[in-house]
Amino acid sequence: MSSIAENNPGRVALLMGNEAIARGALEAGVKVCAAYPGNPSSEIIGTLATVAEEMGLHVEWSINEKVALEVAAAASLAGLRGLCAMKQNGLNVASDFLLNLNLTGCRGGLVVVVADDPSGISSSNEEDSRIFAKLGDLPLMEPASFQEAKEMTREAFNLSERLSLPVLLRSVTRISHARGNVTFDELPRSFKKPEFDLSKPWSAFPAIPNHKILHERLQKAKEIFEKSSFNFYRGPEKPDLIIITSGSGYLYSFEAVNNLKVEERVGILKIGTSWPLPEEFVLKHLRKSENFLFVEEVDPFLENNVKELFAQNCFDLGMKRFFGKANRMIPDVGELSPEIVHSAIQTFLKVKFISRPEDYSRKAHEAVVEMVPPRAHGFCAGCPHRATYWAIKTALALDGRDGFVLGDIGCYSLGMGPSGFSQMKTLHAMGSGTGLACGFGQLERFGMEQPVVAVCGDSTFYHAAMPALANARYNGANFLLLLLDNSATAMTGFQPHPGTGFTATGRVAPVIDLKAVCEVFGSHVEVVDPFDLEATVEAVLRLISAERGVKVLILKRECALVSGKRQRRVFQMEVDQERCLGEACGCNRLCTRIFRCPGLMWDQKRGKARIDEAICNGCGVCAEICPASAIRKV
Amino acid sequence: MIHLSKDPFNVIIAGVGGQGNVLASQILGEILVSQGYVITIGETYGASQRGGSVMSHLRVSQKESFSPLIPEGQADLLIALEPVEGLRTLAPYGNPKIITLLNTRPIHPIDVISGSATYPEISNVIAKIEALSFRAWTVNATEIALEMGDPIFSNMVMLGALSAINILPVGRQVFESVIRELLPSNKTEENRKAFERGEGAVKELAGLGGRKI
Repeated sequence: MSSIAENNPGRVALLMGNEAIARGALEAGVKVCAAYPGNPSSEIIGTLATVAEEMGLHVEWSINEKVALEVAAAASLAGLRGLCAMKQNGLNVASDFLLNLNLTGCRGGLVVVVADDPSGISSSNEEDSRIFAKLGDLPLMEPASFQEAKEMTREAFNLSERLSLPVLLRSVTRISHARGNVTFDELPRSFKKPEFDLSKPWSAFPAIPNHKILHERLQKAKEIFEKSSFNFYRGPEKPDLIIITSGSGYLYSFEAVNNLKVEERVGILKIGTSWPLPEEFVLKHLRKSENFLFVEEVDPFLENNVKELFAQNCFDLGMKRFFGKANRMIPDVGELSPEIVHSAIQTFLKVKFISRPEDYSRKAHEAVVEMVPPRAHGFCAGCPHRATYWAIKTALALDGRDGFVLGDIGCYSLGMGPSGFSQMKTLHAMGSGTGLACGFGQLERFGMEQPVVAVCGDSTFYHAAMPALANARYNGANFLLLLLDNSATAMTGFQPHPGTGFTATGRVAPVIDLKAVCEVFGSHVEVVDPFDLEATVEAVLRLISAERGVKVLILKRECALVSGKRQRRVFQMEVDQERCLGEACGCNRLCTRIFRCPGLMWDQKRGKARIDEAICNGCGVCAEICPASAIRKV
Repeated sequence: MIHLSKDPFNVIIAGVGGQGNVLASQILGEILVSQGYVITIGETYGASQRGGSVMSHLRVSQKESFSPLIPEGQADLLIALEPVEGLRTLAPYGNPKIITLLNTRPIHPIDVISGSATYPEISNVIAKIEALSFRAWTVNATEIALEMGDPIFSNMVMLGALSAINILPVGRQVFESVIRELLPSNKTEENRKAFERGEGAVKELAGLGGRKI
């Protein structure tokens, strides 16, 4: 929706948290925005890219998060405002630069948005990136609502300029990927010319004086945060319990207190500026009660910082009790929910809350146990990855030496599960499959005989696997790298990358050809269409037995959802039920029991396969695997 | 703004990844925001989108924002885009006052396709949902969408059905103005048609409302 760029103060829009952050950046007059896609952060730059032309911005999908932060920081060093957005894993990648940038400081407002993913809903981990604020002595803000996501982003730019420091804005899935009402403010008009001041170099070295300046800046941030309206208390003057909370925890806490009708007994201390802690503000509220419950997502960040503050002041404050992740009143893993906060308050206050009759609960749960089949997620109908893993499984079985697949980050990570026939055996960080292959590919000299295969998606390859591939060639590792080229960053919403030929804003870009890159690194490279199963199996089988060295097989086939946007179906599929022999065939129901594409169904009554026309994407692969030629492309 | 029977009024849209759950919740949210309500929507995204169960939680209020997750047992309206997903959602979120609108067309999970689990008889699922709801309506939205040439229209059929049952203020006019703003203009006519067909095709089941609990 392009209304994000409307200069229409007072307009109320239903915005996703990420869109609210994008709007906040526009209201702050941001000029340069960069990111590598990663959920739950992707829509921040995605939204800004849609309005880049009309708003006169530079918006880019960078090759990885470190480069994205460097791009945004360059704008800042030249006096413009820059925004960089990433998911929690992305901050690990960008942190090498960030933990030097803190020492040089910056000039134009620079905001680093990091969207954490409690429970790892669309991530391999659930790390708490707030630790980086403490590690790097950087100011940290946490929005607790959609409106606040917008306001805080705007304020973060102002703060960054006042302090000459990058400011971290930490969101979480339930803010970034949720929606709510947001009221617009004015969009500024600024025509500042960027300029690099030759008299003022930016160097982290020497560390000690710069570290001292950083601490002084952080002290100034603390003074500003003491007066911030993003921190507030709502509740009675002498409560039995105070909930100390930030981010999404605030809405859960507010709702739980209301639901349990304990507003007279429980106060909520909401912290929006989590680092450095506004100490005087917190101390003032520590005097109000003896009992404190911490409600925050992932790690006990506020919990530990407030306890540290208490330890420093305990002589004046007297005895206090703290509840939270340390004593497991709040679970120390996984995302929060209204129930978690409900139950913590109920345990402490010993109040009862019945949301529905026991009898209903029992009947509803029994119905699910009795009738509802599990619904595992897996590759979409027509996904090239299913065909790829089928070919890998077949080739490794034919080879018979227990070859194994090192995995990577993307849709194809589902290759760990039944949808990829459990072929993928490792899953860590972006590019780690190829990096691990560099190591496994050296173990022959110790007697390892198993063939080493790594998989890597196209976008992941540019992001982090290129250095590993160069390393493999240089150090003489022996493995087969399968580049699963589906021509998009599919997992996060089909964003373009250097291999696609266009940019974030839709401009035509030169193609950095995957095959050419691999050849420059001295690899033997072949290309095959994974939907040509026979050719793919042959290539994998041959290349894992080829002369030692780095072999690359590019499996090129566009993501079914991307091609589906252009043309719904390549083929209309049909099962000729006269030809399908069902269980009697001897194929062990290859199409449905083994290949398991969701576009197929098992017709229970007739004991034969059929196509689910509501799901099938018409890729035609099932026609190739059916030994009775009962599945046909029409 | 029409007065809500309960504030916040909690809506869950449940279905299978790929059915257009997120878009349906966004359109419904926009329809309500344009009439002055305060909306909060929480959704499941990411890996769970790939053919897994997905859910959107909508909180509708005349006053303020609520948490993006509905507390257990507190849904007021369930819009189920798939039968067993409807039943799955009632277990944690249902209650004797819940109103259910159900798309009756099943989508078989992988485990059913492979034969390691069975999909229950559809009439039994509907009967169970009816027994666990205060009032319940059904429409075969996917069938209507397939007749129109693309299953993607089924969520628009469901919104039309929602309009007809008159639980939330979802009128044809406001629906049209929202889809004009949100969706490509070449699809407006088909979406409008899908909405109308949903309005016409929805049928009420007996539900708990007609009987003693």
